[in-house]
Amino acid sequence: MKILVPVKRVLDYNVKARVKADGSGIDLTNVKMSMNPFDEIALEEAIRIKEKGNAEEIIAVSIGVQQNQETLRTALAMGADRAILVVASDDVHNDIEPLTVANILTAITFKESPSLILCGKQAIDNDFNATAQMLSAKLNWSQATFASEIEVKKDVVRVTREVDGGLQTIEAKMPAVISVDLRLNEPRYASLPNIMKAKRKPLEEISPADLGVEMTQRLKIIKTKEPDSREAGLILENIDQLVEKIQENVGG
Amino acid sequence: MKILVLAEINDGELAEDQTSKTVSAAATLGKVDVLCASNKCADASTKVAKMDNVENVLILEDDLFAQSLAESYSETLIHTISSYSHVFAPSSSFGKNVLPRIGGMLDLMVISDISKVISEDTFERPVYAGNAIQTVQSIDKIKLISVRTSNYSAVPLTGSASINKIDCKSKNTLTTFIENKIQTSDRPELTSAKVVVSGGRGVGSKENFEIIEGLADKLGAAVGASRAAVDSGFAPNDWQVGQTGKVVAPDLYVAVGISGAIQHLAGMKDSKVIVAINKDEEAPIFQVADFGLVDDLFKAVPEIEKKI
Ligand SMILES: Cc1cc2nc3c(=O)[nH]c(=O)nc-3n(C[C@H](O)[C@H](O)[C@H](O)COP(=O)(O)OP(=O)(O)OC[C@H]3O[C@@H](n4cnc5c(N)ncnc54)[C@H](O)[C@@H]3O)c2cc1C
Repeated sequence: MKILVPVKRVLDYNVKARVKADGSGIDLTNVKMSMNPFDEIALEEAIRIKEKGNAEEIIAVSIGVQQNQETLRTALAMGADRAILVVASDDVHNDIEPLTVANILTAITFKESPSLILCGKQAIDNDFNATAQMLSAKLNWSQATFASEIEVKKDVVRVTREVDGGLQTIEAKMPAVISVDLRLNEPRYASLPNIMKAKRKPLEEISPADLGVEMTQRLKIIKTKEPDSREAGLILENIDQLVEKIQENVGG
Repeated sequence: MKILVLAEINDGELAEDQTSKTVSAAATLGKVDVLCASNKCADASTKVAKMDNVENVLILEDDLFAQSLAESYSETLIHTISSYSHVFAPSSSFGKNVLPRIGGMLDLMVISDISKVISEDTFERPVYAGNAIQTVQSIDKIKLISVRTSNYSAVPLTGSASINKIDCKSKNTLTTFIENKIQTSDRPELTSAKVVVSGGRGVGSKENFEIIEGLADKLGAAVGASRAAVDSGFAPNDWQVGQTGKVVAPDLYVAVGISGAIQHLAGMKDSKVIVAINKDEEAPIFQVADFGLVDDLFKAVPEIEKKI
């Protein structure tokens, strides 16, 4: 079977997002960009499934600007077999909505016929947490979100999901779309030889138009502002003072 | 404008706090209908009918909805919601699971995790782990909205809505429920507690986490944890506070042995008062804490517990 893994290029999770002074968005010029951490986990899981002999091919897809190539090279170095870059914008500041991403991935799915699509549960930039669910709906496939354990069986995949009250286990018929949570695995680092090898792996470049997908935007971003900031408070001298402060604010 | 709120009901039990706060957000636009879809709806619908600003409670009762599996739920919803202009759900694991699926089926975008309703089509939502707040305007004919419930208060229970059963066929041939491992606890719920005591990697082990739990119990608080504490197995996953865990805004948040990474702050920085205990005076948590104590937690926390 084939596994499709969409990977997003986002502001690195260690870099603090800076709001542009004109309120038009987050400044993404000359900042470190990386693969969305959740997508890294999805890709790692795909590689492990393949290593166990349960998959033959892993295809990484990235949708965005030309530079998303770098993210795909990282994916190939980690262990994806080939990559598809959908150049859908020429400005990195132009975030593509989950609904459009789902439309593009639907078209790619029709072309590639994977049995499993592994997505990160959310992108750490727009924090939407929506692409996997929308994609699953558009394909009318089974949906398993927030996975912390995945077991591929014959025609079904057993998924343990992180839910508000604890853990929920479901079985999803294949083909399925799964979104992954943080505790699923710890992604590997690409080794130097694999980084070299990745340069020769196939990376196809296409446009949304090639897939017959129209770029739409349903949410107009009116403005982006800084959140209300908190001032640093008092460093207390001793435990008694802290006890006093806690008591003042309990049930207050 | 016609507004529907999806009540969160788990196996017949209403998630009252989440549902009530979602009603509160939706009611900024007008009176609302609330849909109760579950295997048993009697208890939940009676509670919802008392919520202020609720006009009609719609009941959809079927075993298929017991676990709110996304497929069963959205299959039904796409029929029910067609007469509404707005559909609100809590931004909980329930809302995040079903709402975007409905969006995918009806080709509607979802407006996730809103922190404020500005107008009928305009909303604020945090992005980049809460490091920025975006104002977005939707052009969709039906607005699908999930609500960051920690930003709202529960509605008063002074209403008396009418309750009506509705009929809708649904099926789910795609996913099967196997089991739940739900933690039951006598402590208050993390997302609605007035006081939260959270432990981080500094706590060191699952056994040591009892220090955190001890203080929490003394304060009648819920227990939270950082991702590092959960990943290390000190605390269960449903205790995680942060960008990818729960968002809390209690009156008092006590962070113990937590460094204060942006992803953690994203889940607690709207707390009224933040207290931090950390042995490293440089820890970033002190930049958001109202009161800080630079001390070893193993010494400080038991002593605090004793003195309270
Ligand atoms: C995509 C992504 C999502 C994430 N989501 C979340 C999330 O939702 N929630 C979350 O919390 N994190 C999240 N993280 C992880 C986050 O970046 C941090 O790694 C994590 O919050 C650190 O947890 P910590 O503060 O417990 O551990 P550390 O950063 O290791 O801090 C431990 C602290 O304990 C103190 N300490 C140690 N011993 C003692 C002692 N004896 N007495 C007093 N103090 C002591 C230390 O001084 C230190 O400050 C996410 C990361 C990524 C990449």
